Amino acid sequence: MSQTFRRPEGGRIKRNKPVAFRFDGRALTGYEGDTLASALLANGVHLVGRSFKYHRPRGILTAGAEEPNALVTVSRDAARSTPNLRATQVEIYEGMTAESQNRWPSLAFDASAVNDLLSPIFVSGFYYKTFMWPAKFWTSVYEPRIRAAAGLGKAPELPDPDRYQSRFAHCDVLVIGAGPAGLAAALAAMESGARVILCDEQAEMGGSLLSDPDVTIEGQSGRQWSTDVIMALALSDRVTCLTRTTAFGYFADNFVALAERITDHMATPPASSPRERLWQVRAKQVVIATGALERPLVFPENDRPGILFADAARTYLNRYGVMAGRKTVVATACDSAYLAALDLHRAGVEVPAILDIRREGGALTAAARAAGIRVETGATVTGTRGRLRVASVEFGHVQADGSVRHDAVLPCDSLLMSGGWTPTLHMFSQSRGKLRYEEVTGRYLPGRSAEHERSAGACNGTMALGAVLDEGYAAGENAARAAGLATRGTKTFAVAGATTPDGQVLGALPHDRNPGRVKAFVDFQHDVTAKDIKLAVREGFRSIEHVKRYTTTGMATDQGKTSNMNALAIAAGALDKPIPAVGLTTFRMPYTPTTFGIFANTSRGDLFDPVRRTSTHDWAAAAGAEFENVGMWKRAWYFPRQGESMHAAVDRECRTVRAAVGIFDASTLGKIEVVGPDAAEFMHRIYVNPFLKLEVGRCRYGIMCRDDGFVYDDGVVGRIAADRFHVTTTTGGAPRVLSHMEDYLQTEWTDLKVWLTSTTEQWAVIAVQGPKAREAIAPLIEGIDLSKAAMPHMSVRMGTILGVPCRLFRMSFTGELGFEINVPAAYGKAIWEAVHARVVALGGCPYGTEAMHVLRAEKGYIIVGQDTDGTVTPDEAGVGWAVGKSKPDFVGKRGLARADLLKPGRTQLVGLATVDPKVVLEEGAQITPDADPAPRTHAIGHVTSAYHSAVLGRSIALAMVERGRSRLGETLHVPMPGGAIAVTVVDPVFYDKEGGRLDP
Amino acid sequence: MRFSFASLLRNAFSAHTGWPEQWRSPEPKAAYDVIIVGAGGHGLATAYYLAAEHGITNVAVVERGWLGGGNTGRNTTIIRSNYLWEESEALYDHALDLWQDLSQVLNYNVMYSPRGVMMLAHTVHDVQVSKRHVHANRLAGIQNEWLSPEEAKAFCPPLNISRDIRYPVMGAALQRKGGVARHDAVAWGYARAASALGVDIIQNCEVTAIRRGPDGAVTGIETTKGPIGAKKIGVVAAGHTSVVMGMAGLRMPLESYPLQALVSEPLKPVFPCVVMSNTIHAYISQSDKGDLVIGAGTDQYVSYSQTGGLHITTHTLDAICELFPMFRRVRMLRNWGGIVDVTPDRSPILAKTPVKGLFVNCGWGTGGFKATPGSGHVFAHTIARDEPHPKNAPFTLERFRDGRLIDEAAAAAVAH
Ligand SMILES: Cc1cc2nc3c(=O)[nH]c(=O)nc-3n(C[C@H](O)[C@H](O)[C@H](O)COP(=O)(O)OP(=O)(O)OC[C@H]3O[C@@H](n4cnc5c(N)ncnc54)[C@H](O)[C@@H]3O)c2cc1C
Repeated sequence: MSQTFRRPEGGRIKRNKPVAFRFDGRALTGYEGDTLASALLANGVHLVGRSFKYHRPRGILTAGAEEPNALVTVSRDAARSTPNLRATQVEIYEGMTAESQNRWPSLAFDASAVNDLLSPIFVSGFYYKTFMWPAKFWTSVYEPRIRAAAGLGKAPELPDPDRYQSRFAHCDVLVIGAGPAGLAAALAAMESGARVILCDEQAEMGGSLLSDPDVTIEGQSGRQWSTDVIMALALSDRVTCLTRTTAFGYFADNFVALAERITDHMATPPASSPRERLWQVRAKQVVIATGALERPLVFPENDRPGILFADAARTYLNRYGVMAGRKTVVATACDSAYLAALDLHRAGVEVPAILDIRREGGALTAAARAAGIRVETGATVTGTRGRLRVASVEFGHVQADGSVRHDAVLPCDSLLMSGGWTPTLHMFSQSRGKLRYEEVTGRYLPGRSAEHERSAGACNGTMALGAVLDEGYAAGENAARAAGLATRGTKTFAVAGATTPDGQVLGALPHDRNPGRVKAFVDFQHDVTAKDIKLAVREGFRSIEHVKRYTTTGMATDQGKTSNMNALAIAAGALDKPIPAVGLTTFRMPYTPTTFGIFANTSRGDLFDPVRRTSTHDWAAAAGAEFENVGMWKRAWYFPRQGESMHAAVDRECRTVRAAVGIFDASTLGKIEVVGPDAAEFMHRIYVNPFLKLEVGRCRYGIMCRDDGFVYDDGVVGRIAADRFHVTTTTGGAPRVLSHMEDYLQTEWTDLKVWLTSTTEQWAVIAVQGPKAREAIAPLIEGIDLSKAAMPHMSVRMGTILGVPCRLFRMSFTGELGFEINVPAAYGKAIWEAVHARVVALGGCPYGTEAMHVLRAEKGYIIVGQDTDGTVTPDEAGVGWAVGKSKPDFVGKRGLARADLLKPGRTQLVGLATVDPKVVLEEGAQITPDADPAPRTHAIGHVTSAYHSAVLGRSIALAMVERGRSRLGETLHVPMPGGAIAVTVVDPVFYDKEGGRLDP
Repeated sequence: MRFSFASLLRNAFSAHTGWPEQWRSPEPKAAYDVIIVGAGGHGLATAYYLAAEHGITNVAVVERGWLGGGNTGRNTTIIRSNYLWEESEALYDHALDLWQDLSQVLNYNVMYSPRGVMMLAHTVHDVQVSKRHVHANRLAGIQNEWLSPEEAKAFCPPLNISRDIRYPVMGAALQRKGGVARHDAVAWGYARAASALGVDIIQNCEVTAIRRGPDGAVTGIETTKGPIGAKKIGVVAAGHTSVVMGMAGLRMPLESYPLQALVSEPLKPVFPCVVMSNTIHAYISQSDKGDLVIGAGTDQYVSYSQTGGLHITTHTLDAICELFPMFRRVRMLRNWGGIVDVTPDRSPILAKTPVKGLFVNCGWGTGGFKATPGSGHVFAHTIARDEPHPKNAPFTLERFRDGRLIDEAAAAAVAH
């Protein structure tokens, strides 16, 4: 039995290309061009899922993105499994495996279906009222069970091997949706010479025209017209046509995000192709042509498999050649369902009756009767029967008093319904446009725009095809004109054979059953019924946002596309208020669920965050360095020799620097060139230090505070010329220091003539430190007198090294004689290699950041961000001497004068010596006066830096301790899980207190 | 009517037609003893504790939208108390204590779920900072423990601890008592309990002015529903606090930023705990319904617009997919934003103000949901007694003038 519900001819599927696929293990066939839904229906399969809460059997309700029921997991292989896909959007390919979800042990027999029997208890919000006793059962019993029962599909278990890509695009006109309105708009824009992007979420453009066999446009069939237009657009090199592409997010300034699905429909995707592509489009003008979605009727048991939207059934018939059943009852409030009935009837499907809720029927009532179809007007469905598929429909007539008199039972195998059409306002609403409510038709429509966009066609409430085309064309023309192009004016399309789908009903339909007992579904996926919404209102939830959250209506994966308007009408009815007074919930990004991967895109592994490497990176890697991440930089951490531990390597590097000389890559330090006639004044204000009198050729260790008076950054600054400073910052602080400086320049001190340039990446910085540092570099340097007298500590000179221009700093972060050679980054590696050779010849070695940390800690030099944490003043950090006492003002001066910063008792930087010299403290450990602190004891400080010092043969530590400088010699304690460690408070300078080594 | 399984069952027999309103929706009276501006979780909790603990029931909570519709109903509900400074530890741990039996106290299941909050460290600096927290917390009697990458993975199996990723996980700090709760239930539970004690909750009523008497003390408010008198006013307006306080002539040390969050489609349980990474900006847990609930960062610019930029969401999903690469095929269902009120030291202000009778509770920024019960509790005390509770005494407005900051941002990047 294969495809018994497929008509022998018709539809747009490729009948010469059969496709084999599996659903829940069952082998089935369809044709190329089928969706999973159409192929399942062709095989007579209606039962495809279970609902979220009651696990009721569910079928395929729609033919598009709004599908709430037919959710499946499609897997290519173990890593490529995607849950929660809508069968109505999945295109089948040879060998596809699809599984239903949220059922056990099988779809036909689902144990959790008992929930349906318990539904009198499991009403909206029941979980807020129970599961509270006994209290600890929530975590141990109730919540785990609820969690296990909830959820839909399963997340893949393996990392996704597929790739995602991203493109930025600009255009004059972006047209969202390629139905008749969108095609006409794109056509008009193209004809004016605009650069156009046209996107549509479906595999084929054409929208509603694809399912309509009757209409003619400009004398051609509607399908032919759309084919021709699409061809013309595709041939234009100014138009980009994107199918399978959903506009899912609308952001400020006409920035629209599109998700293009590239390979999901392919049996064997080419390895070179990404799975999806993110388009980030900045459009001068946007035309929204997203159409309208049909609504269900809310009658008792409206959720059985075999019950479909009327227009969906028409689409299956005309586009896929598939009949939803052989005996199809139609219930409607809208003319469009008649079109489905007539098409089905023509195709030989038995249509026992059309039940039209409207007392007078509609425009096509007579035509249906003339075709021999029984039409009952003023009639409504009062219930349905059938376990896994609808088997019969009960109906009755609505009486003058609004009650319903039961009439008859109609046996059937399918039931179509239409409650009318809801304009698709998501994109408009996301653009922050204001919606307006149209009283007569009971619809929300686009109102005032907030962006350069306009809506056309059904999403704008225009339903008659001729008007849709005219409006679409006008919108495209208008958009092109607004984008600055000359256009040809508007156009009127000659249309025949189209029926305007008039008529609608909102909210629950009347019936003759016990209202407390029947289930008339509003939100199918979340099992929200009309009575749930009334319950919410009864319990005081009056705004639609409250109703939504309490009942969860509209919060399922379809985001209320089929349910919101009915829910709103029912809530408004229960509150006895007009619909606009109850409000509409906000439309949020994304329009339909969008893969995380398309956002994360190429940001994986090394591309997650750009890796910044210095010019010596490869050299260091070849030398066996281990690296650490510091901000975005990779820094050489230490250079272990064969078989050497980190500890041993760091000890060796430190000893070598102190005994001979070491070479260190300091290129990652931030560098800012501060230039201009007011440069010195600027430096004087932005740093706590005085800068006006710094001589050209001299350097100063600068401390920078924010206005709160706390240390923000530090670094050595050299004065290159009267109007030029070479500023260095911490590695991590470079960007924020630059913004901080710019902030002041641009907002506070607009009178200063100063320009800032980030030069971090322009200079490679090679630090040479140790007693033999001068000896190491002297033979390589030209044009600079390196003698002690000519180039004192903290000076900067311009010269060349091996012929390369350099800025040579004499400075030290180790306490030894030291130089930092700044050369253009492109020469960094060559110069490094030359200097390295010299260093090695003198018994030196390269050292990494860890040794650098130890060496500076031995000298009590702070690292901003490690020894300070944004709550420490310069004085507290031990660098109070840097503050220019006589300066009239500087950033942080008033902050430092605040009452609490002047109080005694604040923390100060000190050294700690463990009583046992072998014990190295843990950074971050707390400090107490007592060895055995009682719980909730106040900590008087914490350890900021702690290392083993090879040179000193003991551990050292820096700490911030309350009144630390007055405690020198005191014994304090560092409580650890295994007991406290006794420490003595000492001066933070552990090595060469007199500083003689700096300037030998 | 008390909520219980028994009452649920009883009502099932009457088709649930017997449930009363969970809270009354009265028209405002001419005057109240206390008016709370803002019916978020903090405002409603304040009103509840005023009535329940201080016997002050002539209270109105005035809300411009619908109760719980601000940040309370938009947040990712991470609850923890392992903050750095003693003042914060005490305040947040007070809240954590109250969370333990909040469902029973309010007779409303707020679904507090202590499933453990794990904060990842990716750099040497992160490790130093995390360990500082762990040590400080241990001393203060606050649960927090350090985990190796392997232990972190054992606690959260989907976590990628490969050394090859851009910022490998170097360890994590875990607070087992931390977790999540159901945000709406917190607002609704407090609203129902407060309303039952006589508090009037007045929704769709925007405060447009604060009235003051000749001595400068507050006398009431003006609203879109007319003037309402009050002896005391507590402003609990989160992202809009500066606007409301401006009505009393006070300039607040606050900046308001959009903060975004998103959820995935519902999945069968895959994610057992809460994971936070301040360094690469990812915050994730799985709701009882099955969605992955993901928090993003704030925009870089101040704004009152609740839509943040796409690049912020993107950046967060970069991080999520890096840490949990199997989630790349999972799909985003819904993305939204809220306006958070950020202080210079990233700690809240819960205090009296220079204006007599005017109190303020704000500055919770990206992380105030967790504090809801504690904040309401001590703020009610502050309003009722006209002096702070010891736990909120340090959280003054004057600290920004005097420099007695409680800087939680200092050591960590962002605090959720
Ligand atoms: C995306 C996001 C994620 C977050 N994640 C977390 C998290 O994981 N953990 C955590 O602890 N915290 C988190 N937070 C922060 C947390 O949500 C807030 O700190 C907390 O909920 C604030 O509660 P509230 O009651 O003070 O504010 P709100 O709930 O915002 O309430 C303030 C109320 O004041 C009302 N109001 C404003 N102006 C007026 C006026 N003029 N008149 C009348 N009423 C007015 C508003 O409408 C609003 O309802 C997050 C926040 C956001 C936005």
